[in-house]
Amino acid sequence: MKLIILENYSQASEWAAKYIRNRIVQFGPGPGRFFTLGLPTGSTPLGCYSKLVEYYRNGDLSFKYVKTFNMDEYVGLPRDHPESYHSFMWNNFFKHIDISPENVHILDGNAPDLQAECDAFEEKIKAAGGIELFVGGIGPDGHIAFNEPGSSLVSRTRVKTLAMDTILANARFFDGDLSKVPTMALTVGVGTVMDAREVMILITGAHKAFALYKAIEDGVNHMWTVSAFQQHPNTVFVCDEDATLELKVKTVKYFKGLMLVHNKLVEPLYSMKEMGAQRSQSKKPYSD
Amino acid sequence: MPSNKSVSDAPIVQFTNCRILRDHQLQREDLWVREGKILNPEKLFFDEKGSADIQLDCKDSIITPGFIDVQINGGFGVDFSLATDDFKSGIDLVSQKILSHGVTSFCPTLVTSPPSVYHQVLPQISVRNGGAHGAGVLGAHLEGPFISKEKKGAHPEHCLRTFEAGAFQDLLATYGTLDCVRIVTLAPEMRRSSEVIQELTKQGICVSLGHSVANLSQAEEAVQHGATFITHLFNAMLPFHHRDPGIVGLLTSDKIPAGRRVFYGMISDGIHTNPAALRIAHRAHPRGLVLVTDAIAGMGLAPGRHTLGQQVVEIDGLNTYIAGCSVETALEAASLHPAQLLGIEHKKGTLNYDSDADFLMLNDNLYVQATYIAGEEVWRQDASGM
Repeated sequence: MKLIILENYSQASEWAAKYIRNRIVQFGPGPGRFFTLGLPTGSTPLGCYSKLVEYYRNGDLSFKYVKTFNMDEYVGLPRDHPESYHSFMWNNFFKHIDISPENVHILDGNAPDLQAECDAFEEKIKAAGGIELFVGGIGPDGHIAFNEPGSSLVSRTRVKTLAMDTILANARFFDGDLSKVPTMALTVGVGTVMDAREVMILITGAHKAFALYKAIEDGVNHMWTVSAFQQHPNTVFVCDEDATLELKVKTVKYFKGLMLVHNKLVEPLYSMKEMGAQRSQSKKPYSD
Repeated sequence: MPSNKSVSDAPIVQFTNCRILRDHQLQREDLWVREGKILNPEKLFFDEKGSADIQLDCKDSIITPGFIDVQINGGFGVDFSLATDDFKSGIDLVSQKILSHGVTSFCPTLVTSPPSVYHQVLPQISVRNGGAHGAGVLGAHLEGPFISKEKKGAHPEHCLRTFEAGAFQDLLATYGTLDCVRIVTLAPEMRRSSEVIQELTKQGICVSLGHSVANLSQAEEAVQHGATFITHLFNAMLPFHHRDPGIVGLLTSDKIPAGRRVFYGMISDGIHTNPAALRIAHRAHPRGLVLVTDAIAGMGLAPGRHTLGQQVVEIDGLNTYIAGCSVETALEAASLHPAQLLGIEHKKGTLNYDSDADFLMLNDNLYVQATYIAGEEVWRQDASGM
């Protein structure tokens, strides 16, 4: 496991975006060779998305040969509702970049047969060759995607009823009216994310500090579903100082001491402008 | 490569690198157009898995809905109030020429004229869509002859009429037809005006108050009967008086029926109305401001003597003023507000999805760089010009 600790939110966002950029560029995507990227919604990844858009605008990054799979979507919320995750992805990411609509996959929370929709999603991931890099965020209760506390750590994509904590937290997006907040969602399972070859989890803000502590210093526990990634061979947690408040000084110092090494993942920063002949020489500067 | 075929084969154009006027503000968004309508790209993306066939770089232009001029008497040597049998070529010329001014649809306006003129001209006006041939015609604006002698302005006194005898029948007899009429300007203090206003409103024709000496209560009564517009506010009406503000008082009247809005036309050339007066009106009632040119045959011609209906007037060049309000407000006063006045805001006057793709590209000084109707470029500033 890698824990990347940055000064603040914007630096954490930028680090994450640089990491995604390097991974895509070094993968050398092209026709018949798509980079598969798992994507989250929520306020945490916003800074990361806007950096990625900036890289696209500057010509450093293209999403032409990237396939995306989103983590979750509300059930029963109209697709064009401003709070739907379709709208979120469109407004914050997709409309700004060159991704092809047929390469975008978001669960349809209005599908007539919800479980069939979930099964089909798993099939699509499989057909795309699995997820190369799954990016996620977590809730203050340590949920990843909508895998609420108590979810099976080997769960697959399915319908999930939201926990009261989540509904309360989301009410601010629905005029503070609890009755307007959807109570169910479709979500990838913990197992679905575990299958990704690499997982990057963004955790920022003091309100997520306890969840980060549970994620990395406590044991694997289905009441803090993000802790499952302790068992994943290739996970990067990217956080800001505030999110480390509940961690041991020892833990923080250890990982901060490693920043010199971890920063080699984003330095040098690769660009599609320069990648031509030297593509696919993806060297791994550091691994654990 | 992408299949845009699920809904339509028509090419999709994405205007990029622009600021578009939507939801009352300039937003950095792309504008998408298909089949002459503004397209919702999110729907296209998710529902049709479609993408743009053509991307056009707007070079940081402002994109605004096309201007709608509800009061234009002519221009470029053409006077809509002059009876000719070849009225059509005149209206063709004006609709073509005003594209360069950013007008994408308009109401050709006739000033007070003898019945024979109405009988000859009105049947020659037809509502039509705009295009490369010129701006769209929304229907005629008949300003007079049922107006006040005291406030006739440039209208010929011998042609003024009343509808005391037969009310709506008198009006019908004078005009001959109402088929293509969108707006009628009349003086509400005239006897039996209530009946006439009600009947016109019933027929979907917008009633405007103007060339009038009405006091406020007469004006309010007219609004209660259906009138929705004030023709060139301040001009040709009683000046504002604090004991009886007259028609001007409608801007802040509390007797406007709920859910209704009174619009007022203003000529923002800095001559017809002092800019300070324009600002007073705008601050009192910003959502009612409709910019009009009230252009006459002389528009686009050299200064000199030109005709306006039965009169001869002198003009001395054209000025345009923006009255110290925001860019958004000024643009909406020339697009959204006239569309709302005419009840066509679901298809014109906005850049909302599924609206007609009638729009302009403006530079930061608000000069028109290009005019589009139904998604087609119908005018463009020469690269050398400006």
